[in-house]
Amino acid sequence: MASAAPAQARARALAFERVTCAFAGKGGERYTAVSDTSFVVGDGEFVSVVGPTGCGKSTLLNVAAGLLAPSSGRALVDGEPLSGINRRAGYMFQADALMPWRSALGNVSAGLQFRGMARDAAAARAREWLARVGLAGFENRYPHQLSGGMRKRVALAQMLILDPGILLMDEPFSALDIQTRQLMENELLELWSSNRKSVLFITHDLEEAISLSDRVVVLSAGPGTHPIGEFAIDLPRPRDVAEIRLSPRFVELHEAIWHVLKSEVLKGYAQGKR
Amino acid sequence: MSNGSAPLAATRKAVSRSRPKGVAIGRMQLAAWHIAILAVVFGVWYALTTPGIVDAAYANRIAFFFGRPLQVVKVVIDWFVSGKIYPHLAITLWETLLAFAIGSVMGLGVGLWLALSPTASAIAEPYITAMNAMPRVILAPIFAVWFGLGVLSKVALGVTLVFFIVFFNVYQGVKEVSPVVLANARMLGASRQQLLRSIYLPSATSWVFSSLHTSVGMAFVGAVVGEYLGSAKGVGYLILQAEGVFDINTVIAGIVVLTIFALLLDFVVTKIEARLLVWRPRTAQTESL
Ligand SMILES: Nc1ncnc2c1ncn2[C@@H]1O[C@H](COP(=O)(O)OP(=O)(O)OP(=O)(O)O)[C@@H](O)[C@H]1O
Ligand SMILES: [Mg+2]
Repeated sequence: MASAAPAQARARALAFERVTCAFAGKGGERYTAVSDTSFVVGDGEFVSVVGPTGCGKSTLLNVAAGLLAPSSGRALVDGEPLSGINRRAGYMFQADALMPWRSALGNVSAGLQFRGMARDAAAARAREWLARVGLAGFENRYPHQLSGGMRKRVALAQMLILDPGILLMDEPFSALDIQTRQLMENELLELWSSNRKSVLFITHDLEEAISLSDRVVVLSAGPGTHPIGEFAIDLPRPRDVAEIRLSPRFVELHEAIWHVLKSEVLKGYAQGKR
Repeated sequence: MSNGSAPLAATRKAVSRSRPKGVAIGRMQLAAWHIAILAVVFGVWYALTTPGIVDAAYANRIAFFFGRPLQVVKVVIDWFVSGKIYPHLAITLWETLLAFAIGSVMGLGVGLWLALSPTASAIAEPYITAMNAMPRVILAPIFAVWFGLGVLSKVALGVTLVFFIVFFNVYQGVKEVSPVVLANARMLGASRQQLLRSIYLPSATSWVFSSLHTSVGMAFVGAVVGEYLGSAKGVGYLILQAEGVFDINTVIAGIVVLTIFALLLDFVVTKIEARLLVWRPRTAQTESL
């Protein structure tokens, strides 16, 4: 039942090897956002990354997506060094990424159309997916006519319709209210357990991280962010994200991880204020 | 970005039906004001040019410069009743449409190309700036020499005016594409060509559409100015001809026809724009009950 098998024992869907990302800051000085970071996401594993705001979570995800080449180090996909776009991955961005000139239906069917599927067939599939994320009847709305949470759900459908082997999700549910959020989390877990995708999930909600994941990676505050702790989440599956939060083991894990995370969050906050 | 002035925007099918936003009077009152102002202008014009109301010597002198309203109206009605105006209008409209279409396609093509190729854009930049700064109406005589006095020289003038408006908007449109939207499309598997079709082009055309009023207006200006500077047909030619014999009434009638025509064009553009830019967020969006 428990899926907290050591990651080393599995095939690796995704691996960061000593990844460092430095950006040119203002005035020419370099800002090292991520420094010497290594961790892996096993095949079919659900890994969450938590860390203080601005520490470099999105940066890491961009590296995994192949949108950003690291300054040094490399990302491996299925053991192969990644160059160019990561074709195996679906990416749900933190910011709004829908095409404003396409309706919800047009946005969800876009990926299929890019792959050469006929318009009608793609639209039919997109309709199904919109219904799955609870947006039946909103097919013809344009992004600006949808609420923030609805846009997130469109983005989710847009990614999942392509059935990618690796899901990269950057705070996907942070715009949702708590009820919808738990519904979506359960939906995601169900989907994940039915075909075992490898998930790299970013959040700054520690409870969300624990309730969903097999493993939680804690990042230090920037600059020079790197993992400072990895926690196997040995809670039984299948889980209900609302109920699991009440179990004693959950509270224990939460306490242990928060103990590591807290000082980093304070550090990150202090840096932000300076 | 938006070209509609506030009162115009109100006469367009605004969301609030009874009262345009920020206007303190109702729709009927507004129309009453519009008509009243027009009536006053015509009244004053009529009074000042009619012997008997004003001293005859003055009235005739004023009429020499400004024409007489009733005669202007008579010329206009005469044109439309006799059908004499239609071939001229058709020519002017044809020149406008051609200039607009050719200028837009060229602007779109060159704009996309330069925006997506930093090297080409760096090389072309000073020339684009210089050509845009040049008062291009002055090219009309040269075009007349190159293309003759027919439709082509007017179209060429209109194209030079339209091209730059469209070009700069396309360039801006491509540059303004959200990097996240672009990255998302790439993650969804879009090839370079698909990116061009599904991301850059829609973004660029939305900017082109938002400048539609200006560019159609410019195409019209190109056609009329071209005709006025030398031609054998078109409304600009009618005005030129009348001016040659100091027939001020006909000159003003020509201007009135051009103005009405420009308003009609603007109305059509507004309709097309509303159809094409449904995805655009606008500020006032609730339907008033
Ligand atoms: N293109 C860039 N150029 C310069 N600096 C950048 C760039 N992208 C990110 N950074 C910097 O790198 C750091 C990490 O950014 P990142 O977006 O990865 O943070 P994050 O952990 O996702 O934060 P949040 O939780 O708020 O989303 C930040 O300090 C940011 O200012
Ligand atoms: Mg982020």
